[in-house]
Amino acid sequence: MQIYVCVKHVPDTAANIYLTGKTAYDESVKFVANPYDEYGLEEAIKAVKENGGGEVVIVTVGPEGAFSTIRSALAVGADRGILITTDDQFTDSMKISQALKKAIEQDGSPDLIFTGKQTVDSEGMQTHYHLAAAFDMPIATDVVDFKLSNGKIVVEREIEGGARQIIEMTKPCVIGATKGLNEPRYPKLPDILKAKKKEIKKIAIADLEILVSDSGTQLLELQPAPEKGAAKMIEGDAHKMAEELIQLLKNEAKVI
Amino acid sequence: MANTGVLIETADNGIKETNFGVITSARQNGKNNIIALVLNDHAADCKELLQKYGVSKVVTISIDGVDDLTNPDLTAKALIETMKHYEINALLGVSSATGRDLLARVAAYLNAPLALDCVSVNLSERTVTKSHFSGKTLATIKMNGDYFICGIRPNVIEAQPAPCETVEEPYIAKVQDTGKMKIIEIKKAESKSIELTEANVIIAGGRPLNSSENFKILQECADMLDAAVGASRSAVDAGFAPHSMQVGQTGKTVSPKLYIACGISGAMQHFAGMKTSKVIVGINTDKDAPIFSKCDYGLLGDLFEVVPAITKILNESR
Repeated sequence: MQIYVCVKHVPDTAANIYLTGKTAYDESVKFVANPYDEYGLEEAIKAVKENGGGEVVIVTVGPEGAFSTIRSALAVGADRGILITTDDQFTDSMKISQALKKAIEQDGSPDLIFTGKQTVDSEGMQTHYHLAAAFDMPIATDVVDFKLSNGKIVVEREIEGGARQIIEMTKPCVIGATKGLNEPRYPKLPDILKAKKKEIKKIAIADLEILVSDSGTQLLELQPAPEKGAAKMIEGDAHKMAEELIQLLKNEAKVI
Repeated sequence: MANTGVLIETADNGIKETNFGVITSARQNGKNNIIALVLNDHAADCKELLQKYGVSKVVTISIDGVDDLTNPDLTAKALIETMKHYEINALLGVSSATGRDLLARVAAYLNAPLALDCVSVNLSERTVTKSHFSGKTLATIKMNGDYFICGIRPNVIEAQPAPCETVEEPYIAKVQDTGKMKIIEIKKAESKSIELTEANVIIAGGRPLNSSENFKILQECADMLDAAVGASRSAVDAGFAPHSMQVGQTGKTVSPKLYIACGISGAMQHFAGMKTSKVIVGINTDKDAPIFSKCDYGLLGDLFEVVPAITKILNESR
């Protein structure tokens, strides 16, 4: 089986983001593999192992610094990586999906493509849909269970109110992973050392000759999200506090 | 006037409340002609409800030869056909699990720009604002191209009535099934609870709840407030609550009128999922808990005493 896993190089979710310009921020924070992509990677490694072998290839669109994210994916069991270099972290999802498609097409013929359900930086939730449409493959996202049976893919997807859709798809297809699918493994020291010898191919995004379209999304500005200030504190015994809170919620905040 | 489409989400009990905020933002103070796209016809009273919010046309969509519209791939193609028939270039919907999936399929097939989980929309300037970096920043995004497709975070825009004349018509789409995907089954949740992302009030618990059994304390209080019950990541990871109840970075993003956090310290990743709530209440025994520095009301006390006290008072005043 030939599986491609799309992984984005993103700031750690625990990092503070300091804005330094209209769309710029202090990039000296710690960068990691997008957490949702790690669920996809884990599932890809398992699928190859359980289905008679094959290859897991990491594909990343990002800056040179993304080498570290690809190395971390190789250390947990991916076989090799492809880095499509661009300096723009907020490249439009449609353009990213075209870059991923071209790079995957040039490399081989996928049986499966895994991604995360969204990235934690731009939270676009759509690159995998554009990728699936470009390849004319079926897609399911928010996937919490994955099975291969009789050559078909059966996944469970979380929908409203804790309900789940069970979806059958033909191969090849695109799967957007989310929490609950598996527990991503941690790398072991010998594997980290071995990963240093694994191949990472570098391609400049311009060399992929993607058709430039007028339509797409464009980031105009980033602003700090508004935060609430310190709480109005209520102290005393439980009953007193409860009474005061209900009164405030009714008469001051008017939300109940 | 430009035709603006609104994808209406229905549930077993009819039209979901969250649609009305989406219609309100699509109207843009009466500048647009609103066409509601309804996917199944079991919402018989939908015209009456929709006309209260300024929808001038209700189109009920069915697919020729297909009985149920659960297959999102077929549904997305039917939506595209309907949009073309009614000359709709802007399509808005609720950014729920179902809405996100359908809007993304429509955008991908049309090769059109898409923004999901938006907190505001400006159709005349073709911009949206949405969360970036797990809720730490707000991004303004320009949508370039012929189409404008976006999903709006549930509850984030308050619905404003604007009654008008409404016509209703059916549209039968002719869509080819590629046979590449099908829905085998929809597994209902074990307990019938209010969907977190659509709830007006949420009461959520953290690790100090200490067992799944103890979540009953929150459920009893939730019953008094018609609220949904949520959980922090650490409570979910400890096995006290299912992942479908998790609020925050790796769980759900919610925006209720009132969010009560019980025994939740207030980590950045939790705030990522609930910071746009209108009013936030923190109940915690630790006076230095980060939640107290960024919420509306803080109760310094033990949730095992405070929550039942709230439930009791609400119950007595019923």
